[in-house]
Amino acid sequence: MAAALINVPARAKRGDIIEIKTLMSHIMETGYRRTAAGDLVTRDIVTSFTCRYNGKEIFHADLFPAIAANPFLSFFIVAQDSGKFEFEWIGDRGFSETASASITVE
Amino acid sequence: MSLPCARSLVALLLTGFSVHAAENPPGERRSGYDFMAPDTRAIQDDDTANPGMLWVLDGGVLWKRKEGNAGKSCADCHGDADNSMKGVAPRYPAFDKTLGRPVDLEQRINLERTRHQEAPPLVYESRDLLALTAFVARQSRGMAIAVGDDPELKPFIAKGQELFMLRQGQLNLACSNCHDDNWDKRLAGSAITQAHPTGYPLYRLEWQSVGSLQRRLRGCITGIRAQPYDYGAVELVELELFMMTRAQGMKMESPAVRP
Repeated sequence: MAAALINVPARAKRGDIIEIKTLMSHIMETGYRRTAAGDLVTRDIVTSFTCRYNGKEIFHADLFPAIAANPFLSFFIVAQDSGKFEFEWIGDRGFSETASASITVE
Repeated sequence: MSLPCARSLVALLLTGFSVHAAENPPGERRSGYDFMAPDTRAIQDDDTANPGMLWVLDGGVLWKRKEGNAGKSCADCHGDADNSMKGVAPRYPAFDKTLGRPVDLEQRINLERTRHQEAPPLVYESRDLLALTAFVARQSRGMAIAVGDDPELKPFIAKGQELFMLRQGQLNLACSNCHDDNWDKRLAGSAITQAHPTGYPLYRLEWQSVGSLQRRLRGCITGIRAQPYDYGAVELVELELFMMTRAQGMKMESPAVRP
């Protein structure tokens, strides 16, 4: 049950600096831990995050094993046009999740 | 002893005494939240930054899922959790008449599963059980803890108190040695809190997950190098019951965030 929590302001004035917050449910298994029997636990992390604003990529992050479980990313952008934010998380073992949010810019 | 030296000793005794007296007045209770750094508080305060909310979201899905031979979901009987589950978590652990002993919220959910959904109980600390518990507890955020007034619980609360005061393990420590006597100090850099379970199940940064109060208790018991009680053990429920009684009237924070 993967789930994302997204916080994008519903409205903003043109030119406003707004904060976007994202939280993705993921165990972020480092690949460095071992079981009681000594076997390596296979790495299972989110490797990349992308945010698109009306189709254009505005934020991208590569994630690594040192990042904690349930990665929380927040960033700032300038509100330009009304439209849609699309978020995409890609990771090990074919992990792929998307989410979206709308904004009205006046 | 020279006069200045004696003066400073007196001053030291006075300040030492007054600090202690000011910080530990009987009846003043503080949530673990008060001991946290501002950054950690900010995570708890923002529902879109609080990872515990991921479990709450999952719990909301499970609430509506049909389970077991009866083919019923939680919602089929209890309806909208916003109303039906409001005020439930602050009353747990509560007395179960059939079992004749107190059960905590996780055990109550599992009893409902076996009795009404005819489904197998969920494993302690499994994602699904934590999600459902977090979802139910979330409906009571901000409400006062109301455990402790049921007369049937009295002997169990007394037992819990006894366990709270019981020195055990290789370090020969009782819960009360830290959480009653030394809560204003630090242990290896971490604040020693007053051990009021206001926010369970909660997201612990150390665990990188949501966990139950039983998990926390087992962690503490291992820390004093005693043999922890098994999940679901009567002793753990009695401890939970005593601690919730001790925190009666404090506000629920579930799902809280703790370091």
